[in-house]
Amino acid sequence: MSGDKTKLDLVISGVGGQGAILASDIIGKAAVLEGISIRAAETHGMAQRGGSVVNHIRLECELGSMIPLHGADVLLALEPAEALRYIDSLSGDGVVIVNTEPVFPITVTSGGEEYPAVAEIVETLRANHKVIAFNASELAMKAGHPQAMNVVMVGAASNYLPMSKELLIDCIKGMVPPKTVDINVRAFELGRDQM
Amino acid sequence: MSTREYMLGNIAIARGIVEGGAQVISGYPGTPSSEIIDTLARMDERKFYVEWSVNEKVALEVAAGAAWSGVRSVVTMKHVGLNVAADPLMTLAYTGVKGGMIIIVADDPSCHSSQNEQDTRKYADFSLVPCLDPSTIQEAKDMIPYAFELSEKFEIPVIFRPTTRISHGKSDVEPGEVVENRPLAHFEKLIDRWVMLPKNARVRHSHLLGIQDSISKELEGSQWNELTISNGSEKIGIIASGIASVYTKEAIQNLGIDVSFLKISTYPVPQSLIKKMLEHADTILVIEELEPVVEDRVKIIANEVGLNTRIIGKTGDLVSRTGELNVELCKNAIANAFGIQGKFKTKSAMIATENIADSKMDVEGAIDIELPLRPPAMCPGCSHRAVYNAMKKVFGNDAVYPSDIGCYTLGVQSGTVETTLCMGSSITLASGIYHAGESRPICCSIGDSTFFHTGINGLMNAVYNKANITVTILDNRVTAMTGHQPNPGMGETATGEPTVEISIEKLCHGLGAEFVEVVDAYDRKATEDVFKRAKEYNGTSVVIAEQACVINARRMGIKHKPYVIDVGKCTGCKQCVKFGCPAIEFDAKGKHSKITALCTGCGVCAQICKFDAISEVGK
Repeated sequence: MSGDKTKLDLVISGVGGQGAILASDIIGKAAVLEGISIRAAETHGMAQRGGSVVNHIRLECELGSMIPLHGADVLLALEPAEALRYIDSLSGDGVVIVNTEPVFPITVTSGGEEYPAVAEIVETLRANHKVIAFNASELAMKAGHPQAMNVVMVGAASNYLPMSKELLIDCIKGMVPPKTVDINVRAFELGRDQM
Repeated sequence: MSTREYMLGNIAIARGIVEGGAQVISGYPGTPSSEIIDTLARMDERKFYVEWSVNEKVALEVAAGAAWSGVRSVVTMKHVGLNVAADPLMTLAYTGVKGGMIIIVADDPSCHSSQNEQDTRKYADFSLVPCLDPSTIQEAKDMIPYAFELSEKFEIPVIFRPTTRISHGKSDVEPGEVVENRPLAHFEKLIDRWVMLPKNARVRHSHLLGIQDSISKELEGSQWNELTISNGSEKIGIIASGIASVYTKEAIQNLGIDVSFLKISTYPVPQSLIKKMLEHADTILVIEELEPVVEDRVKIIANEVGLNTRIIGKTGDLVSRTGELNVELCKNAIANAFGIQGKFKTKSAMIATENIADSKMDVEGAIDIELPLRPPAMCPGCSHRAVYNAMKKVFGNDAVYPSDIGCYTLGVQSGTVETTLCMGSSITLASGIYHAGESRPICCSIGDSTFFHTGINGLMNAVYNKANITVTILDNRVTAMTGHQPNPGMGETATGEPTVEISIEKLCHGLGAEFVEVVDAYDRKATEDVFKRAKEYNGTSVVIAEQACVINARRMGIKHKPYVIDVGKCTGCKQCVKFGCPAIEFDAKGKHSKITALCTGCGVCAQICKFDAISEVGK
């Protein structure tokens, strides 16, 4: 399975510690099992400490891992402000999938900066793009653990991915701690229902 | 069934090291290079020796010793680490090696996690050591076994230079065969090779210069350089190096243009390929990240063959000498160089995270929203925050605070980090500031791993030369920022084997310090008291603030009960909020502080609160 149908540029943005790397690893591993070539870029090191992080994933790509500006088909934002921060990465007909649960940066909790209203952020995203907005953190709680939010988001993104749902679930099962497999499978399904 | 695997660039490089049959691997952690040794050290079955050394100079010499004994060795570091290891490098180029030796130096264009963005290819040129510059992760892995062969053929170490986008990129990778032929170590007593007395050094310098042409020819015939000559009417040539070559290929595809293209991934550069390109192009655009290494060389070659071809890139300001490149920037450079078509957007979709986090965002055609900045910050419960808070209280706003490189550099937000130059420079800068005659109190800070790296010499010098300063060693018992590598203070090696635990306290006494006090970083009052005594002490005082890194503590299963705010007692004074812990927020409506689920239970905020409003859950 390869060719234009499998070509997809995906940007995952979020906050250090939210599990953006695991989210991209699930997709990456599934892609390789499906025989799709893949290039990805990640944020490591200093910026991970609660900072803004972004991962690029390019399916059916033999070149560099960096998605050209306005080139992403999907922006998967694990946090609303981080959706808006990277909105320029998305192409005109691209889709934003955004978790509406905010994480306040240190500049807001102790620095006196203000965090914009989430509804306003979503409205701004909607001005130019197709937006799928929902509270993935609540769905993760419903699935059994707040940390499964990243897998909820992978579930939501799966509707746009060229891999089968079963393969993605198999990858999740092999990549999360054994005790949390059921929670994460539920999280994936809850996310996948967000169309 | 495909055998391809999804791998991090550094894991692919580690795989290449295994495939190449390396027997000794050493290094010092540094983003973006650290995961290479992390990966090798965690392997269940190892047919090699691997260590985290105390610094890059030490690491390079350990690897050189192994290579002099006839086995294949690797040393890993980040770009600035090569400055520390530059001393052995420059002469190792003269002596050469017996077993293949690879010096892996990961560059960080855009300073994603570094204090500068120096270009290691300049060191290759300076030391006359060949250098390989991979353009993809697959190539990075495949180059390692090749580099060993090259190294052994010419008996010279080889620099391998991945950049952040290789080291921290991911890709599907086809693994290769593992070399199973591992020679037994035997140190051959070649005095004229290993003893660089002036008479031997002169001979070896000439030898080093003498083999350059042969190395160049060997590399030219390698698979890492690719030349495509266009038969189009316009005589346009583009040369791109390393990772910039894949961005350039995509830019050429997007523009739909027909040009001659040369990809270069080896240094010395492939002269005959460049000459062929010169024959077919009137203008050559050179696209490379950072320094004009290829560009300058192309100009020299053009001059040698008597051509006045227009060679542009850094020349003409088409390609920036700062930051990393991307498809847009390459497209722009090509369009501007050859007047191909209109303007392109120049901004990257993935600007350095720090840059983007520092920039306010306006979205075109929509409501203007000011996004709050999201800089990286010290973790909830991080002991560095507690120490800095006590330090600031005792030493005051007026004191001078030199600091160093590690997670604690993020304390720049606490006002206790006023210098960051290079590893180990806090104590030495503090000494210089004192000896210059600065009359205000001077209190510097350095982490445990950085102290072991190059802080020891600085402390010895400060004590010996009577610097009246306070040295704070922030001992969180791990090399945290780069991914929690063990260090000599932890009692375990890279592979987790128990070993001697070097006592920082005894070490400081050994270096001559007479005021050395150890304190629990979470004990607010004790920390303040120690700082008061240290401030009053006339001479070099050392405060060692101990507390395990919260991330490491959690991994080891150490758990504390979280804390909670008694809303009835909270006066809304915000002292706890000002402490800057990400777990403490202010409820503007209720006018009181609140502690979120991020709390790790360090309890420092409870000691800061003057109204006894913060207590452990359930107490």
